[in-house]
Amino acid sequence: MADSPVIELQGLSKTYAMGAVLVHALRGVDLGFKQGEYITIMGPSGCGKSTLLNLLGCLDRPTSGKYLLGGYDLSQLDDDALSGIRGARIGFVFQSYNLIPQLTVVENIGIPLYYQGRSEAETLDKAAELAERVGLTDRINHRPFELSGGQQQRVAIARALVNDPLVILADEPTGNLDSASGNEILDIFDELNRQGKTFIMVTHDDQIAMRTMRVIRLRDGQVVSDVWN
Amino acid sequence: MSGTKVDFHVFAAPPRLTYSYVQRTVLLGFRSLWMHRLRSLLTVLGIVFGVCSVIAMLAVGEGASHEAQEQIRRLGSNNIILHSIKPVQDQNTSSRQTYAIDYGLTYADLDRIRATIPGVTIVVPGRVIRQWVWNITRRVDCEIVGTVPWYTDMRKLNMIAGRFFSMDEMEKISNVCVLGESMAAELFPMDSPIGRTVRVGSSYYTIIGIIQAEASTATASPGNSAEQAAATDKATAATHRMYIPLTAAKNRFGETLVKRSSGSFEAEKVELHEAIVRVERQEEVLDIAAIVTQILQRDRKKKDFELVVPLELLRQAERTKQIFNVVLGSIAAISLLVGGIGIMNIMLATVTERTREIGIRRALGARRQDIVIQFLIETVILSCSGGLVGVLLGVAIPVTITRFANMITIITPWSPFIAFSISALIGVMFGIYPAFRAANMDPVEALRHE
Repeated sequence: MADSPVIELQGLSKTYAMGAVLVHALRGVDLGFKQGEYITIMGPSGCGKSTLLNLLGCLDRPTSGKYLLGGYDLSQLDDDALSGIRGARIGFVFQSYNLIPQLTVVENIGIPLYYQGRSEAETLDKAAELAERVGLTDRINHRPFELSGGQQQRVAIARALVNDPLVILADEPTGNLDSASGNEILDIFDELNRQGKTFIMVTHDDQIAMRTMRVIRLRDGQVVSDVWN
Repeated sequence: MSGTKVDFHVFAAPPRLTYSYVQRTVLLGFRSLWMHRLRSLLTVLGIVFGVCSVIAMLAVGEGASHEAQEQIRRLGSNNIILHSIKPVQDQNTSSRQTYAIDYGLTYADLDRIRATIPGVTIVVPGRVIRQWVWNITRRVDCEIVGTVPWYTDMRKLNMIAGRFFSMDEMEKISNVCVLGESMAAELFPMDSPIGRTVRVGSSYYTIIGIIQAEASTATASPGNSAEQAAATDKATAATHRMYIPLTAAKNRFGETLVKRSSGSFEAEKVELHEAIVRVERQEEVLDIAAIVTQILQRDRKKKDFELVVPLELLRQAERTKQIFNVVLGSIAAISLLVGGIGIMNIMLATVTERTREIGIRRALGARRQDIVIQFLIETVILSCSGGLVGVLLGVAIPVTITRFANMITIITPWSPFIAFSISALIGVMFGIYPAFRAANMDPVEALRHE
């Protein structure tokens, strides 16, 4: 049991209707991820990697197949339950940071806890602690537009960590950053991974992929290679 | 490492409508609205003016109707007022008019009313003649009131000096008079007028008393119907009054009034211009009014009197006010509806504009209902703050009107509360659709939105 995967995908498929045309974004993906893994998903655009990430993040439901998170099948849960899982068990890091402009840094970090109904004091404590961890202690009361891109992405990472997630999903986290800031972000990822966090990252950049443990390539909605570095 | 043993208690989502959750959501709402101050301000203007106009219009309307009702009430809700009116004449008799038309209420009528109806406590007959009153070379424009000795009891007027005339003097048709205090001061600035005489036309009257001004009594104790009869005369508060026995008035000034109209003289003989029948209990007013009409009609060929029942007028005024309120209410409802639609319009735009924020929140664990609550609270904040400003303006406007336009306005205590509650309700009503639209967005689509 100790080695059983934290995430297991069994024959996962997703079909969209785009007008009259059916688009098969994923065609039966079988994958397993263990805790502490650092995975990159790569592939040309339209290969289904965004769809896969959305399904992993419980933002979408598969057309068929099973998604087991921690041994529980999530594919049949209702919207509220999926929201609960997103808030409590999954961390998101987006390409365009996706911070909420009217909130301060510390409030942005605390959003997932807010939606779990935690007390304000607890939320702010935890958020301040994580701001410190990503090196933004002196910025906690700034608004997102007062920060550089790299700083905003660090806020996003702190926000992804605040609920102590089973897995952190990162969608091109360095796509909008210059290489120096991008490296800073990846260094933080490496460090967190060493501490036992599971990362699944989508990227185009082979260099970044080289830093990770395992690279999965998709094409036309199917896994074409699954390589350990 | 045991990755499978995961606590999934989150499946049962905790209830979130706690005090601190709502408090934080409200704060968040304020900040989101504050980010677009001008837009928020313009959005709430509809509600502001709606609420403000409801309160202001109600206050002005209430003031106007209060004034009308007060005037009617001054006639006395226990009173039945009888007026003499000139009957409609046949065309052929009026063409060759050589005799005086004899019409109107008579002393006999009043005797009969008093004798027939037990509920009637008092009848004040009165004649009012406007004349100059002289003291040697000083003169005063004055209303000479021919009345009865119990006049002071009815009006609850106090004598300042001397006494009012007696029944005896009335029967003897004595030339005595009682002056109002303002008039006494003007005619006799130096010494006491008691025992002196004043001249009216060619007759002299001995002054036996000075009485307090009627207007002051009328305002001092409103609601006492009898004394309010003063207001029935069109006398203003400043009018000078002199009281003489009714019989003297009848003798000296006669009952014949000569009027010149279109080349011919018309003479009219009227015993009494006006009389007030006072009824002990208000419930009996309408019945007794009917009886009085019957008594008076019994031996009259033509209708030469008019019966005014203030109570009936009061009821009519109340009905008018109800209609007025319904009309005002509809106008208010429409203006608030328009305000609500304005809010909904902006909230729909806001939801579209903030699609990405909604996506982020959904990704970070917000349930649909969290999004609904967030946007609903924002709408309610908008409409409530609009309502609050509207209430303040709506209270300020009538106050300003009263101060500068000298118009009575009455803000009924419930109207600000009702107006405010309606504005809050409108926030909920018109916020529901945009909020649900926000909540039903697909998180994936919302996150992709630019």
